[in-house]
Amino acid sequence: MNCQEVRILIDGYVDGELDPIRNREVEQHFRTCPACSTVLNSHQALRAALRTGSLYRTAPPALRNRIRSSFKPAPTRKSLMGLPQWRWVAVAASLALVSVLTWRAVPFLPTETADDQLIQEVTASHVRSLMVTHLVDISSSDRHVVKPWFTGKLDFAPSVADLTEQGFPMVGGRLDYVNGRAVAGLVYKRREHVINVFLWPSAAAVETRSLAHQGYHLVCWTQSGMTYWAISDLNSRELQEFVQLLQSPSSH
Amino acid sequence: MGLIRNLQPERSSEQDEPSRFEKAILPHLDAAYNLARWLTRNDQDAEDMVQEACLRAFKSFDGFYGVHAKAWLLTIVRNTCYTWLGKNRVHDLSASLDEDVHQAESQVPDPQALLPRFEDNQALRQALEGLPAEFREVLILRELEGLSYKEIADVTGIPQGTVMSRLARARGRLKLSLAGHMNKEH
Repeated sequence: MNCQEVRILIDGYVDGELDPIRNREVEQHFRTCPACSTVLNSHQALRAALRTGSLYRTAPPALRNRIRSSFKPAPTRKSLMGLPQWRWVAVAASLALVSVLTWRAVPFLPTETADDQLIQEVTASHVRSLMVTHLVDISSSDRHVVKPWFTGKLDFAPSVADLTEQGFPMVGGRLDYVNGRAVAGLVYKRREHVINVFLWPSAAAVETRSLAHQGYHLVCWTQSGMTYWAISDLNSRELQEFVQLLQSPSSH
Repeated sequence: MGLIRNLQPERSSEQDEPSRFEKAILPHLDAAYNLARWLTRNDQDAEDMVQEACLRAFKSFDGFYGVHAKAWLLTIVRNTCYTWLGKNRVHDLSASLDEDVHQAESQVPDPQALLPRFEDNQALRQALEGLPAEFREVLILRELEGLSYKEIADVTGIPQGTVMSRLARARGRLKLSLAGHMNKEH
């Protein structure tokens, strides 16, 4: 494992969220790399400092009492939280509004346009997905299961191809974040090689191109109004073959 | 009128309801307040948020069957706070999060020299308060509440795979901010 991969995984390591195999690989790297060890030390020191408890804000006793008494059986049914009955209509109305508003409260994300940034992000997402604990959100080789799973989780319907017969069985699907938006992640396998395909709607049309980054092969193309990125440690030739299969209309 | 009746259940027939609710919610009141306090950065606003969130929790408690009451309550607190931030502190939410974490990390001149900085509680508190809400909340949930990535994903609604990169960025920003603090003094 090289420094760049370790830096991507360092937070997962510090948080104890890596699978045992990856954990060991990262540990081995720390033993031999003083630069990464220094970053690790500072990560751990920061963690320890945040966890001393001095930053924790506990609920004031008055608030606790107020809430406790609000939900105690009261002799009169006049109020639940010290509000007159008519106010409940207003409370209910504002609650309804709150739920509508918060439902769509999506996190703000960077607007990264630079190609290099995108390549790094796709690679980082791929590396992260290889942590055993989070390769797929929905595990299925059936595209009629995977495709509907995305419904309601994304603002577009990804096209899901079944390439089992061609030797690229599907493992499942996953929600991911790339290029500052929620994207569909489709996971395929070739022998023991994992292929991640990320896709999201985009107006731009680009020529299919292949590149290599950190030992992974990547292919990017647009198709039916979607931007696609495929990434794998699979050899370039077989990845190209996979992409051509995805691009052919008969596979959809 | 039906609405009002629903909000105030008949105590005689639902004697166990408030106690079940209390048992689920009250143990997590500190967590609720801690998150609200860090998101609103104000005592009174945090109390209001927790109170409103408890009302919402009470109202939807019938639909809650899970065992993870803490994550459930924190989700409601977080949504309540975000709605409030959207109305009252919109600049907290509109911060640009576009720098690369590794870049941020590499801008910290000497991670080793930063270590004494972490001991300075006041500086740490200020740096944390200075982070955009999206970064602040993942650090609070992870470091102060000890939630797992899965639980953080549930509470914040961001994909589980994004939690680690969000935390990485948050830590990078926090260190950078502390380093800046350090430079100003020397």
